[in-house]
Amino acid sequence: MAERTSIFARTVSTPIILISILVLVVVSAWFVGRGPFNQTVIEIFIRVVLVVGLYVFIGNSGVISFGHIGFACIGAYMTAWLTALPAIKKKYIGLPDIVLSSKLHFGLGMLAALVFAGVCAFVVAKVLMRLSGIAASIATFAVLAFIIQVYSNWTSVTGAQMSFVGIPIVRSVWPYFICAVLTVLVAYVHSISGSGLALRSARDEAIAAAASGIDITRERVIAFTLSGAIMGLGGAMFAHSVGVVTPDTFYLTLTFTTLSMLVVGGMNSLSGAVLGVVVLSIIIQFLRWLEKGVDIGGSVLSIPLGLQEIGLGIAMIVILIFRPTGLTRNQELVWRGWPFNGLSGRNHVAGLKK
Amino acid sequence: MLEYLQIFIDALNLGSIYALCALGIALIFGVMRLVNFAHGDMIAFCVFALLWPSVDAAAIVFAGSLPFWLLIPFMLAVGAGVAVLLEIVVFRRFRNANPATMMIASFALGFVLKYFLLMLYSSRPKSIGLWPSLGQQVEVAGLRIQYLPIVNICVTILVLVALSLFLKRTRYGLEMRAAAENFTMARMLGVRANHVIMLAFAFSGMLAAVVGMILAAQSGTVDIQMGANVMLVAFIATVIGGLGSLPGAVIAGFLIGFISTFMQAKLPVDARPFRDAFVYAAVIVSLIWRPNGLFAPKSAKQRV
Repeated sequence: MAERTSIFARTVSTPIILISILVLVVVSAWFVGRGPFNQTVIEIFIRVVLVVGLYVFIGNSGVISFGHIGFACIGAYMTAWLTALPAIKKKYIGLPDIVLSSKLHFGLGMLAALVFAGVCAFVVAKVLMRLSGIAASIATFAVLAFIIQVYSNWTSVTGAQMSFVGIPIVRSVWPYFICAVLTVLVAYVHSISGSGLALRSARDEAIAAAASGIDITRERVIAFTLSGAIMGLGGAMFAHSVGVVTPDTFYLTLTFTTLSMLVVGGMNSLSGAVLGVVVLSIIIQFLRWLEKGVDIGGSVLSIPLGLQEIGLGIAMIVILIFRPTGLTRNQELVWRGWPFNGLSGRNHVAGLKK
Repeated sequence: MLEYLQIFIDALNLGSIYALCALGIALIFGVMRLVNFAHGDMIAFCVFALLWPSVDAAAIVFAGSLPFWLLIPFMLAVGAGVAVLLEIVVFRRFRNANPATMMIASFALGFVLKYFLLMLYSSRPKSIGLWPSLGQQVEVAGLRIQYLPIVNICVTILVLVALSLFLKRTRYGLEMRAAAENFTMARMLGVRANHVIMLAFAFSGMLAAVVGMILAAQSGTVDIQMGANVMLVAFIATVIGGLGSLPGAVIAGFLIGFISTFMQAKLPVDARPFRDAFVYAAVIVSLIWRPNGLFAPKSAKQRV
């Protein structure tokens, strides 16, 4: 029997493929090089971070969470508090003085957002992760609603329903690209770590996993905290991409768009998370383009306003009818050819057949 | 004392809307484990049926001007029709899919419905006078109350009694209860799956129409967002009540209505904007205390 190769060697092609996809996206932005298209590419990277953040918890644990966008909201406000000009922040009198008088670099703002959202996620996870199944899903939804209600009514700290304006806007694609790549790498490392493997075994066979000594609650808390931190980063990236945040941005619409991307891609695989974002973003972009009108041989063909969303909804339903487990069928993309042929699990499988 | 009576009536009124909506969600969940996120948009669709066949709010040509004894059956038929249609066109293809896939498909469907309405009617709320006479007030023992809440509460009680009679006394009701208890076993014993599921969708659609009419009469407007908020609360209610338990969904709907109304009336003014936050905190506490819901059926118990 052939020697069993390490899990790293068998799976390392996945993050490489996924990062190559992201590189393709960034290269296309570089070639086209127009303002609006740049913004589209930034949007794709933000969605990659958010959806991969969802994957870290939902994909590995099998528990659907509706609450993660709440941590994106927490992250967005954190970076807004830290990086906006002191003159703008004056009216948020509930903030500590040190925050009011400071103006940090956006990188530090994002880091703070990540840490703060991670801490909040840890607290929430400690309370909620004893639940499972649909009760956990609804509890996370209640957490989302709770966060949004607090942020949209706490006038002295968040400005309630009013938009928080004056967050420094970062127009370069590179910071977003780097964040997306790092997120994919972190998610990959988590998924092949002992904790990630234990969590996935609990997802597939909860009773057997518990009987084998896996502390399901503990593994879920780890994944929830990590994914909450990633969502915080995604929220901060969003804040810096548009310069304005309101609590409503981070409510149901974003929750469902990101969840849909994850499920359409294939919610149990990291490749599904990335592919779901890329494929649905392409469909959205194509429909937007049609909505604006296409010039075909002198006559402008365009679809009525509103048909973009309808088209997107129908596309999602059709994909799910034909691929109920998502575009990737919950498998990871792997490349077994050169230069991985010596490393892949093929020898191992062949050995088993003998 | 009078104040409390007023709060009590308001709470029953709000609770009855939540309860009817929760029942619509629980019925479908019971037979096919589908969390139907399109329910809110089904409510909005029914409300907009009042404007048919014109898309202009000012001219209510046909449906909205019917007398109530024609309008109510018409609306129920619209609700049942759209729900059954969605079942046949979309949900039938997801029979063997996992719950997450079905849920996202239902959300996508709701999305399509919503933007379809948006395309036809634009997002501005439109005012319609549906049964304005219900807005009149009567004075009973020093308490000024409108007819509308009283009518709502009576309608809700009527619907609940009729539905429970149907479920307990008829053959189809028996089949539905059997399917909700153990779908595979029920099919083996001769229950026709598609019939039961279509029936559940039809009832769910009719409940959506009832909720739509109550909301339209109450607010005097039609709005695309109408069903969404109610649906979220109702969705929570079905879980707190114990998914799969119809009485649980109804009781939990009333419970949330009561908590919400009492907090609105009794919280200190400073804390009042955070009312919904407190309600959601109460939901979290309730779930941690009873993860399977307050009135969970035995079949819903999870082992791990």
